[in-house]
Amino acid sequence: MSSVFQRRRQKLLALKAMHSVSASVHPHSSEVCKNCGGEVPHRDLVAAGYVCPLCGYHHPIGAYYRLSQILDRGSFRELDEELASADPLDFPGYRQKLEKAQAKTGMNEGVVTALGRIGGMKVAVGVLDNRFFMGSMSAALGEKVTRLVEQAAKSRLPLILFSASGGARMQEGILSLMQMAKTSAALERFSRRGGLYISVLTHPTTGGVTASFASLGDIMLAEPGALIGFAGPRVIEQTIGQELPEGFQSAEYLLEHGFLDAVVPRSQMRETLIRLLKLHGKAGANRDG
Amino acid sequence: MAEYTAAERVALARNTARPGVVDYVQGLFTDFFEQKGDRLCGEDPSIFGGIGLFHGRPVTVIGHRKGKDLEERMACRFGMPNPEGYRKAGRLMDQAEKFGRPVITFIDTPGAYPGLEAEARGQGEAIARMLAKMSALTVPTIAIVTGEGGSGGALALGVGNRVLMLENAVYSVLSPEGFAAILWKDASRSDEACEVMKLTAADLLELGVIDRVIPEPVGGAHTDVAAMVRTLDRVLQEELAGLSRMSGHALFTGRYEKFRAMGAKALRKERT
Ligand SMILES: [Zn+2]
Repeated sequence: MSSVFQRRRQKLLALKAMHSVSASVHPHSSEVCKNCGGEVPHRDLVAAGYVCPLCGYHHPIGAYYRLSQILDRGSFRELDEELASADPLDFPGYRQKLEKAQAKTGMNEGVVTALGRIGGMKVAVGVLDNRFFMGSMSAALGEKVTRLVEQAAKSRLPLILFSASGGARMQEGILSLMQMAKTSAALERFSRRGGLYISVLTHPTTGGVTASFASLGDIMLAEPGALIGFAGPRVIEQTIGQELPEGFQSAEYLLEHGFLDAVVPRSQMRETLIRLLKLHGKAGANRDG
Repeated sequence: MAEYTAAERVALARNTARPGVVDYVQGLFTDFFEQKGDRLCGEDPSIFGGIGLFHGRPVTVIGHRKGKDLEERMACRFGMPNPEGYRKAGRLMDQAEKFGRPVITFIDTPGAYPGLEAEARGQGEAIARMLAKMSALTVPTIAIVTGEGGSGGALALGVGNRVLMLENAVYSVLSPEGFAAILWKDASRSDEACEVMKLTAADLLELGVIDRVIPEPVGGAHTDVAAMVRTLDRVLQEELAGLSRMSGHALFTGRYEKFRAMGAKALRKERT
């Protein structure tokens, strides 16, 4: 069963992964860290999974790249790749912006959903990509997430979602808002059937995604330094009329306030997921299939 | 229906004289008992809730409270709940499920409160839990948008078997001002935002987001509160009678299917 198909799948994911980082970090011979300003040789940055070796800053990475780092080689099978937004409100300028984002990222929407294996264990996995409209919640994004949850329920697979989102897709108005209810309802049903859901919050996760599927994990993880919140920092500053304390809404802040199980560096994410899947055994994972 | 522009309806929906959940509770329910506190850390007056009798039948009522005078408005943060408010609402819904009471919610909020403490205590998590919880109840749930339905803070009380809206109420992903500021970097273009956002009851009925528009007295609900209450009483009796014929499983499944279909027409297949 392995061989040709697996190799072909791996090649395809590797190609897409290349595309999904070259758009977020330009491949010069050396890079300037967005956080500390230090100069880092490009190959060192790549070797560290786009984590700055000087300060530990986790640069945002594209969805396909993330999947290539997490999944077993050759196990990636994308779902609903063709699903895109139909511009439901006929919103001025939205269609053109969508086309631009699609051309830039090679994606049809801001989330990649897939079936794959991690440490030999079959999983349903989704990754939001903040290069596509900041990972904002469109009806198509909500639909892809919901279909993934339903697929996980049907096939009795553990579910892993990596979130990164600026919030609502303004151009889809109320239909964007309704995706919060749709995804949360699907997760609640999945949970009641005994499904394991691991939610991983990455930089930045805010707004409607935070207030729906991203916050409903049985296990809640986040990458170091990720900004996580419902309201954005600027809105809060305007409301309370004062500056926010250092580190407010960071992953570490959420850990301290009881909203995360662990802050997990990118280099340890795959091993952590493997351990969590093992710990849930048959309840979480289906080794045949 | 009167012919108002979307921006005029936004103004009507925000009119401080407009009746709120406390007025509707007084008019519609008897023997009402207010329940307070989230049993975790606090009491948030911006969510008002309790048990009352509707034509003799016990129901759980929950709604956003904006407050009547300045002092009360400040205490309610002008109808913007903290996580405690949502967790109180969740607690009341658990009890409604336990005792088999229908849940009726009254939605009227600019949005969840964007404050430091709200974030520290998990505003996003509190709303997410509400959505999940409300989606899975096996008792009849009716949500009525009576004024402003602002963002996730409104939707947190909005996952009903039936979602109704008063004629001049509005319901949107964000305030028109916030929408204009984010999309056009110009909050003063809010009137323009009102038109493109599709936030009126008629728009949302057409989009399939709500099930029914409830007519208001000429000039708006605040011009004749008694008439508004009479209309609501009749509508709620009809709606509750319809839902009461359904089994718990059918209520759960029906609600799931309803929200599952949200945005189904907003999808397109792209060639890959
Ligand atoms: Zn650095």
